[in-house]
Amino acid sequence: MVLWELFHTFFLMGFVSFGGGYAMLPIMETGVTQYGWMSAEKLTNIIAIAGMSPGPVAANSAILIGYSAAGINGALVSAFAILLPSLILVIAVAACFTKLHHNPIVERMFYGLKPIVTSLIIFAAIKFALASNMIILEVSFRSISLILIFGLSLFALFKLRWNPVYVIILSGLVGVALYS
Amino acid sequence: MKADTRLLFQIFWTFFRISPVTFGGGFAMVPLIIKEIVDKKKWLTTEEITDVIALSQTVPGAVAVNSATFIGHRIGGIRGALAAMFGVSLPTFLIVLAFGISYFHIHDNPKLEAAFISIRVTIVAIIVYAAIKIAKTAITDKTTFFIMAAGVPLLFFIHPILVIFLGAITGIIAIYIKKKLGYDTEMKKNKEDDPTNNPDYYMGAGI
Repeated sequence: MVLWELFHTFFLMGFVSFGGGYAMLPIMETGVTQYGWMSAEKLTNIIAIAGMSPGPVAANSAILIGYSAAGINGALVSAFAILLPSLILVIAVAACFTKLHHNPIVERMFYGLKPIVTSLIIFAAIKFALASNMIILEVSFRSISLILIFGLSLFALFKLRWNPVYVIILSGLVGVALYS
Repeated sequence: MKADTRLLFQIFWTFFRISPVTFGGGFAMVPLIIKEIVDKKKWLTTEEITDVIALSQTVPGAVAVNSATFIGHRIGGIRGALAAMFGVSLPTFLIVLAFGISYFHIHDNPKLEAAFISIRVTIVAIIVYAAIKIAKTAITDKTTFFIMAAGVPLLFFIHPILVIFLGAITGIIAIYIKKKLGYDTEMKKNKEDDPTNNPDYYMGAGI
């Protein structure tokens, strides 16, 4: 049943949601492929919409995946599933360990967690690069312009320090101009 | 009881109004939280807020949601936590759902499809940007570099949740072994930094 698949995917994701939304892409991608909720292309479109909206990228993406797979009920179940672990853990931590961020075991855990979060994001970059048809070994207007868009997007983010939302919007306008 | 309900509604309403500001990262919320919770309502002190936000990062989940829930819990117990969580989540839920519904209505439009050809590539750039930003704080020595390098190929074979657990366990074991060998590992102190002053550290942590 789709609602149950959505619930347990995002409920489990909620418990390991370290390092922000982009680190959670591999888990979402695994769920989407495993249960056949949508194509990799559509997933990338959804991540873009999630990134343009206010709110956490992971929760936004979960809501949109849920909506796409099972309508409004799917969106509600996914939002509930991803919020529930936060609620449980925050109440538990607030009740028992008010100084958790000074705990040596927690510090050691994060010593290993932070590089793993980096691996997750690198892995997501590889997966989504493959899905974006960016890496094709032929010289055409499409392939060259896509590489250029990728380079200019990086330039806008790193050098011009633009907000990612504006980079997405501008890129969309470029897409309309070039490919429609 | 009546005053109690009023307090819960105030918690809900405060976070409901702050929430849509979390555009591109939960940390955009921090100055507003301080203004509303500390200056206006006087529910908590700035030190308490700073402490709560540092604590929020050690708990899985979005920083915006976690810090709101923590603050709600401080003010009004479990029901306060629920009120704050609903308050902070409801506006963004409705906004993203509205965007999503419009997208699904017109996604066959050729102009929109053309826009997404380009946007999909930009999303890859944004992911690369997030990876480099987080690598700057995560990769502090050879051990962390090795953990990162080993993690990427593992992800092609093992479920990501399992890899995350392996990372946490490896962190604990690595420091234990280093201590035995007499190395001192310098770890980033997350309390001493004021979270509002260091946006780079939180890029990718809050969104």
